[in-house]
Amino acid sequence: MQISLTNHSPRTIHWLRYAAPQAFVPLADRLIPWLFSVAALLVIAGLYIGLLRAPTDFQQGDAYRIIFIHVPAAWLSMVIYVVMAFWSGVGLVLNTRLSAMMASALAPTGALFTFLALLTGALWGKPTWGAWWVWDARLTSELILLFLYIGFMALQAAIADPRRADRAGAVVALVGVVNVPVIYFSVQWWNTLHQGSSVSLRSAPTMATLMLQGMLIMTLALWAYAAGAVLQRLRAIVLERERHADWVQHYLGARV
Amino acid sequence: MTWHGWSDLIAMGGYARYVWGSFGAAALALVIEQLSLRARRRAAEQRP
Repeated sequence: MQISLTNHSPRTIHWLRYAAPQAFVPLADRLIPWLFSVAALLVIAGLYIGLLRAPTDFQQGDAYRIIFIHVPAAWLSMVIYVVMAFWSGVGLVLNTRLSAMMASALAPTGALFTFLALLTGALWGKPTWGAWWVWDARLTSELILLFLYIGFMALQAAIADPRRADRAGAVVALVGVVNVPVIYFSVQWWNTLHQGSSVSLRSAPTMATLMLQGMLIMTLALWAYAAGAVLQRLRAIVLERERHADWVQHYLGARV
Repeated sequence: MTWHGWSDLIAMGGYARYVWGSFGAAALALVIEQLSLRARRRAAEQRP
């Protein structure tokens, strides 16, 4: 008797089947070019609005235009961490291979955008505050986020057994997630140098429409880029870890 | 800004090195990430 685990109606899409690495890799192959195309178009639109169309700020002059990379990078650094903690939790509870690999794939891109948020912040702080760096609550908590990403990657790199590395990393990711609301609310909790939010979920944004549009388009652009880059890294991790599986041999053979 | 030509865009009201430094650093970071991902993929696809 033959038992089929995928005996479903062919008309419905079963997303859970993409939790299996051998189903995920071909899906990633299809998604990655789309994500990068969307990212490229949005970057062009966002830079056009941000650098050419948006008005000059009456206080900060054109230095404020750093906002179009700084804020999207900073938002993304927090979003990626939350997503990383989520997949770490799923991997820990359900013991699913792909969830833990997803957490590992997110970390380097998250660290990169945290670094960019800090660097562009320094380049913005120098002309407007007169200092590259201050021990402000927002800046300090964002620096801690960078250390959390680096700690997660260093810990996983130090443990040879991948499944143990997954679990150890997941614990760090879940403990560190408390830092994300600290970053987000730091400008309200501590009245320090970093300016408050111009965009919030509870009130109308306090900025010109073109500035807001440019910022949101750049945010979507970086999200699409990050999704593409993370899927690329996840695909590589899957192929590395399962290189001896028959399906990987079959997949690589079919592509040559 | 109102378009007065390329030199205005490049000058960024005197903040060129901060603004272009930020966007340039971001572009460079993404290019480096893509190069490293490409190298990693090639390594992963080597038959064992």
